[in-house]
Amino acid sequence: MSGDVLIQALVYLAAGVVTVAAAKKLGLGSVLGYLIAGAIIGPFALNLVGDPEDVMKFAEFGVVILLFLIGLEVRPALLWSMRKTIFGLGGAQVVATALAIAGAGMLFGLPWPTALAAGLVLAMSSTAIVLQTLDEKGLRQGPVGRAAFGVLLLQDLSIIPLFALLPLLATGPVQLIADTAASTSLVADLPAWLQALAVLAAVGAVVGGGRFVVRPVFRFIAQSRLREIFTASALLIVVGVASLMQVVGLSPALGAFLAGVVLAESEFRRELETDIEPFRGLLLGLFFITVGATIDFALILREPLLLIGLVLGLMALKFVVLFALARVGGASNRLAATVAVALAQGGEFAFVLLTFTVGAGVISQPLADLLTAVVAVSMAMTPLTVIVYEKILMRLDRKTPTEAIADPTFEAEDAEPEIIIAGFGRFGQVTGRLLTANGFKSTVLDADIEMIDLLRRFGRRVHYGDATRLDLLRQAGAERARMLIVAIDDQEKAAELVERAREAFPNLTIIARAYDRRHAYDLLANGADAVERETFEGALALGVTALKSLGFRAHRALRAADYFRRHDKRQFEELRPMWGQTEAYMLASRDAANTMDRLLAADLAKMKPGAADGWDTSGRDEDQREDAQREDFA
Amino acid sequence: MEAERRDTSVLLVFAHPALERSRANAVLADAARKAVGVTFHDLYEVYPDFVIDVEAEQALLLAHQVIALQFPFYWYSTPALLKEWLDLVWLHGFAYGKGGDRLKGKQLFVACTTGGPAQAYHQRGANRFTMEEFLRPLEQTAALCGMTWENPYVVHGARLKDDDHIRREAEGYRARLEGLAAAARETAR
Repeated sequence: MSGDVLIQALVYLAAGVVTVAAAKKLGLGSVLGYLIAGAIIGPFALNLVGDPEDVMKFAEFGVVILLFLIGLEVRPALLWSMRKTIFGLGGAQVVATALAIAGAGMLFGLPWPTALAAGLVLAMSSTAIVLQTLDEKGLRQGPVGRAAFGVLLLQDLSIIPLFALLPLLATGPVQLIADTAASTSLVADLPAWLQALAVLAAVGAVVGGGRFVVRPVFRFIAQSRLREIFTASALLIVVGVASLMQVVGLSPALGAFLAGVVLAESEFRRELETDIEPFRGLLLGLFFITVGATIDFALILREPLLLIGLVLGLMALKFVVLFALARVGGASNRLAATVAVALAQGGEFAFVLLTFTVGAGVISQPLADLLTAVVAVSMAMTPLTVIVYEKILMRLDRKTPTEAIADPTFEAEDAEPEIIIAGFGRFGQVTGRLLTANGFKSTVLDADIEMIDLLRRFGRRVHYGDATRLDLLRQAGAERARMLIVAIDDQEKAAELVERAREAFPNLTIIARAYDRRHAYDLLANGADAVERETFEGALALGVTALKSLGFRAHRALRAADYFRRHDKRQFEELRPMWGQTEAYMLASRDAANTMDRLLAADLAKMKPGAADGWDTSGRDEDQREDAQREDFA
Repeated sequence: MEAERRDTSVLLVFAHPALERSRANAVLADAARKAVGVTFHDLYEVYPDFVIDVEAEQALLLAHQVIALQFPFYWYSTPALLKEWLDLVWLHGFAYGKGGDRLKGKQLFVACTTGGPAQAYHQRGANRFTMEEFLRPLEQTAALCGMTWENPYVVHGARLKDDDHIRREAEGYRARLEGLAAAARETAR
């Protein structure tokens, strides 16, 4: 087996890399690419891998991580504001879809308990496919994503009562219930009230643990500055919560989501997202491949028309029900249609539930096999239907795909930040407060955990993270932000950050804090749009105070500083082209220093009593004397 | 002398401390920006700290035949920065007085907006004097410097008029500026 692992990994990776790249190139999206890869290497085509079910159990962890990451983006307040979507639209969808499918099943001559069980199982949609597809289209943050997510969340929640409910519909002989989610539960044999208690305790442990254990531990790890330990602990949380949920019989994905929500308010949110993200991508890819591999082509070939009819029927039914419900709930035609198209497939939970129902004697094995194939094919069809749907919309209003599919009447509430501030110490705080006070939304990154602690106590939203990491900047919204303010005090890191950000995010205006003149030139050379030397203004202000204390009138003191600033900035610009050529710069700067001193002296001399400028009439004295003489002659 | 070599002959010195809150003046400024032959010079944008670069400003004045001042009418006068600009740039020995003939022969054109309606600027109106009378200090500035005083362009009741009206005013204003620019180019030739 251990030798096998490498070969298996080779097959999966090779198939994934080739087909996903090809699918992307053809504009089909990565999900479809993975599904095709799975179909090709699966037991029904090339048969390069063993039983895909084994891999699938492992790959389902990708869905768990996906839900954890989504949880990280959903603050409790946001979740609360979504309660209507979750329980209203979500609840209605499960009930109405299940009944509609059950009705259709009875028309085909199924006994009502079997039909109802099939309806409940097929009412589920695929969290992984829906969210991944919406993500690729950039729709997950908006109203479409929110409505879809609300429904998916309720479907996840309803798994728990379904495990209790389905056995009641048993018509056939009850087999030993094995190899199902319920059987891994240690509390399954306990009385109901104890089970409920265990569930509550587990949820409490996740919420409390997130608040009072995980954050201090992360703070400790952050101080140690060991990045791989941070990643490992992040994974540990997800695995731990998933296992805990499995023990009490809850869906691991749901538990991971809960853990994510608890940590959404924490300062480690961005860092966690960034660290876990690659695992999500890989495992989800693996998951999609296994879904592709489970498509039973033999069955499809035996009864192609029946299968295609069932898939189309299922998807049409799910679409109609959800579209109608969303319209009743007040969504626009386009929003309702988009959500309904996205959610029109069967879900991965159906695989688990079908195995369970067979064991419980509710659905016969042949019917379960057929439905499994229907669900798998409908999942594979989703990326395709979304593409077709986009094409239709594009024809309707001749816009780019994302524009067309995004409902223009809805704005994302959780708008992306306009400004990212890297470094929130003595310097960044002042700049940040000025910008925030003037109504600009900013995201703040700082690598000093003690500083973050302090600021959080004052109620500011600051994230932990090393801003020189591009992936972290991307998480913070650098692709859509307008400006990056580099205010970190480490000179080399600042220069590095400016260089990397300039290259990766050409859209950003980059303004940087410079240590001194040399550093300022370096930053500009690295692509900063503007720089400010950190001590310059402070030193000038102190000089003004000194001049005033020495007897200058306030306005003259301020003017003196103004002139100084102007000359200094001019010199800074003049010497800029020379920077880097040591010899030339040295010569030019000595020259410039002399010139500047002379010019500055001339400017300052103007302010002395007796000098002629606009505020001084002494220059006119001679004129007036001449005028007076002329009048004398007249 | 330098004006002939430039392609713009009108220097529009624009002064508004809160353009983002302006109504009429902002529309007029947009029209002026688009006007052919006009250099638009936004004082509050260039010198937010009131530290005026006198040499640079004098060079700008010398390079244009028509000096236009556009501003909202505050306390029967110009906004503070425009007054500061006059104080510091139009120096003795440059603009007037002994040796001060550098602006001689140029034209001074004033465009301003007032909050009050036209009838308020009247002997029996709330402001008791006409606009002509209120603008005398600037008229005399032109006279002292040997400049021609162009008929001012005044938009009254900036807050009271509807968008359409202001748009028509702006078109008229732009035509006036372009007329001045064209005429100055003719003379230069």
